[in-house]
Amino acid sequence: MDTPVVDWFALAPALALLAAAGVALLGAVLLPRRAVHAFGAIVAALGFAGAGVAAALLYWKSPEATYEVAEAIRRDRFGALAQMIVAGAGLLAVGISYGHRTRREHVGEYFALLAATGAGMAFFVQATNLMTLFLGLEWFSICLYILCAIEIDRVSSLEAGLKYLIVGSFGSAVLLFGSALVYGATGELEFGAIAAAISDQGLVNDGLVLAGLAMLLAGLGFKASAAPFHMWTPDVYEGAPTPVTAFMSAATKAAALVLTMRILVTAFPAEEELWTVAVAVIACVSLAWGNVAALVQRNLKRMLAYSSVSHAGFMLIAVAANNELGAKALLYYLIPYSAASLGAFGVIAARERELGERVTLDNIGGMGWERPVLGASMWIFMLAFAGLPLTGGFVGKFYVFAAAYEAGWWWLVVAGVIATAISLYYYLAVIRSMYMRMPAELRLVPAGGSPPREALLSTSVVACTAVTVGSFFAVEPLIDLAEKAAAQLPF
Amino acid sequence: MNEWLTTAMIAFPVAAALLVWLVPWSNQVAGSLALLAALVEVGIWINALTRFDFDGAIELEQRHEWFGDLGVSYHVGLLGWSLWLVGMTVVVMAAAIAYAYWTGRESPRAYFGLMLFLTGAIVGVFSSQDLLVFYVFFEAMLIPLYVLVGVWGGPGRLGATIKFVIYTMAGSLLMLAAIVAYGIERGSFDLAEGGLSDNHWIFLGFVIAFAVKAPLFPLHGWLPDAYRESPAEVSAVLSGVVSKAAGFGFLAIAVPLFPEPADDLQPLVLGLATAGLIYGSYLAFRAPDVRGVIAYSSLAQMSLITIGIFSLDDLGSSGAVLHMVNHGLVSAALFLLAGAVERRTSTGEFARLGGMARGRPALATVLMATGIIALAVPGSSAFAGEFLILAGIFDDGWGWAVAGAFAIVLAAMYMLRLISGVLHQDVGPAVPEEALDLRPAELAVIVPLVACLLALSAWPAAITERLSF
Repeated sequence: MDTPVVDWFALAPALALLAAAGVALLGAVLLPRRAVHAFGAIVAALGFAGAGVAAALLYWKSPEATYEVAEAIRRDRFGALAQMIVAGAGLLAVGISYGHRTRREHVGEYFALLAATGAGMAFFVQATNLMTLFLGLEWFSICLYILCAIEIDRVSSLEAGLKYLIVGSFGSAVLLFGSALVYGATGELEFGAIAAAISDQGLVNDGLVLAGLAMLLAGLGFKASAAPFHMWTPDVYEGAPTPVTAFMSAATKAAALVLTMRILVTAFPAEEELWTVAVAVIACVSLAWGNVAALVQRNLKRMLAYSSVSHAGFMLIAVAANNELGAKALLYYLIPYSAASLGAFGVIAARERELGERVTLDNIGGMGWERPVLGASMWIFMLAFAGLPLTGGFVGKFYVFAAAYEAGWWWLVVAGVIATAISLYYYLAVIRSMYMRMPAELRLVPAGGSPPREALLSTSVVACTAVTVGSFFAVEPLIDLAEKAAAQLPF
Repeated sequence: MNEWLTTAMIAFPVAAALLVWLVPWSNQVAGSLALLAALVEVGIWINALTRFDFDGAIELEQRHEWFGDLGVSYHVGLLGWSLWLVGMTVVVMAAAIAYAYWTGRESPRAYFGLMLFLTGAIVGVFSSQDLLVFYVFFEAMLIPLYVLVGVWGGPGRLGATIKFVIYTMAGSLLMLAAIVAYGIERGSFDLAEGGLSDNHWIFLGFVIAFAVKAPLFPLHGWLPDAYRESPAEVSAVLSGVVSKAAGFGFLAIAVPLFPEPADDLQPLVLGLATAGLIYGSYLAFRAPDVRGVIAYSSLAQMSLITIGIFSLDDLGSSGAVLHMVNHGLVSAALFLLAGAVERRTSTGEFARLGGMARGRPALATVLMATGIIALAVPGSSAFAGEFLILAGIFDDGWGWAVAGAFAIVLAAMYMLRLISGVLHQDVGPAVPEEALDLRPAELAVIVPLVACLLALSAWPAAITERLSF
């Protein structure tokens, strides 16, 4: 039997991160205790940087989309750009994780898992086959389950991990069942072949295919935190260690949404009348549920969790538009959104470390004046989430609305606009707390004083700010990247 | 060189803001720098004025592609009338910054940075020639205002700012939907290239956003609290300058790009504006405090300006522009004076004020002068503006003109009540004996505004004949 030709370059991002994970694990075992922390962080950072560079090279060198490894993965610019976003998110997450206080035990494992998660996501976004899709999904999900629970001395972390495991496994099971149904109906695993089989065999209205599609959407919706599949999000985001939440909120969403677009456009173009409506409805429900639930939250991590549900809604609008402008909009939106998400959770992590307790709207009071750089950065991140100008979040929302309008979904634009108006209330509440509440209302820091301020965290947050604001001014180059990537999808 | 002037007027205050924020100046130096920057900005505007050609084309234009695939470009430029609005902006902002410097504000670096940033954003609004650039600057105005009122405002500031921001953003977001609809259909977001449209819904989206900003009846719910809770100079800016962004929007976007819907909806808008004019004047007459009078008079005057714009002819529009400049200067001066009174008496309520003219000739003179210009005494530039507006609207129905004229009578009533309530009759319980007359610094801030008004009163044609209509 012939072994398939393997294009190692196409796998380079995933391999770089896998190597980093392996080296970090070896270091955790072989090196003395004190060196493990720094070693793990450096290796993970190098892994993500290397993956980012590999993805960039892959982008540059893939003028045509091609199938690799017996049509299991697709080497194209769409996947490469998503990998770049994941790598960037990972790098910033390493910066945010470095000073996390409870890092005494399992430090090496933490960084190794972070790199492994990145590897899984890099693999996932290239998947072009139901099998590799499931493989990639489980790969990064299992790593994330462990990462969420890694602070084993904190009950809420264990609870978050367990909750994510159970609900996530249920989602994966639904997705697998859907894949099985689709395979059963069409006899094909590869996305393009599925599309061909559906049109050739006249399966457009076949019950198995439709049920399989619905379950696939549900499974992917679980991962992307789209309502009504988002029930795990607030508890898991709240309980997990904040740097892990930061990474999850950016990278998982990027991977899940990018793959959702890929599979819907490549495998099910015949069903587009159905799934565009379904995705549009899910988007509206996410917008509504996410925003309304966030209004009443006091705990910042929960609030941002619900806000991430609403952003999944926005990005699903771009998916529902089912046109090249929508793909461009999705890819572009992910950039300021990821930066703002990582940065916001980074600021929350900083506050957590100062106070030694969960960050709420009350105890973030006065932070804007005490820590001007972090305060100003958080201000910019909240503006980016709200979609106000001078941040890339505005341009992202604009492109999403433009894509929706071009596809004729004008009511989605109206829904998005109303959702943005509602979301302002809680984003401004954060700014209000930080700047307009007097620090005297605060409780005092725990005995022993706050830990020293951390340069690496501040640098990471400032880098996020730079990306958030920079993506507003440098729209043309980023949109260019997104355009070339979107052009390789079969619209 | 010419084409960079507009961008210079936008970017210079923003650069100055960054400088003030990032470098750890002492409080005095920060304030001085901000004042210097504001005055240099006025200088740049005067430079632009001398180079300006009022022949009807867009001057000082600059265009760079921003995102080419959707037809969005960074396109800025000025017409005659928007040049005057920019001028009014930079003068009022300089006065406000000077006043804040003299009064002293906490965390001055943050404060002055925000004021400078606001200046750049507002100048950007008045120079936009592309819909998305307009939207960006329109929203960018809101960001510093939220913090300025929310941090440095009065006791009820949190509720006031949240109302202000949510109202304005709701309107702006509707406008965003309208902009997206217009631009995607036309393939370009440029004001000149987009072309005319007859879509009533898109027109309404714009109108609602501007109606919240101005504000117009019945979307004025945010007005009284925001104007009462802001620091005096921020109220001056809100009332004098920020509300004119709505006027600009009507005159540059809503009316020219949508002639048919404007014509169809003219009775509706005129009706709401007239209602606002009379209702605002009535509320101003009943307001118990100085700021309340000025705030509701702002509602009334913006309604009058909207009537002028929706007369849909050049006469009314010239009157509207002249009145916008006037009202900007007048309400800025009035709010600064209100601030001066509040600093001396810790209150603005008429019940506790009175008799301040005794022994305070400067305060009495300046307040009287500003007040009678505000009520549009014949001979003042406000009178010229109102006359032109009423002349313009007369063609569309004498009823509107009668209502407008009646509101002018009401304006006289509430302004005289303001002046008397503060200056005349018995000395109020909150007015201490030792309260000083207007200090030289305060005079140096307010008198230039009044001087501009007097100059315009003598020569309104300086503006009305240089509008590029």
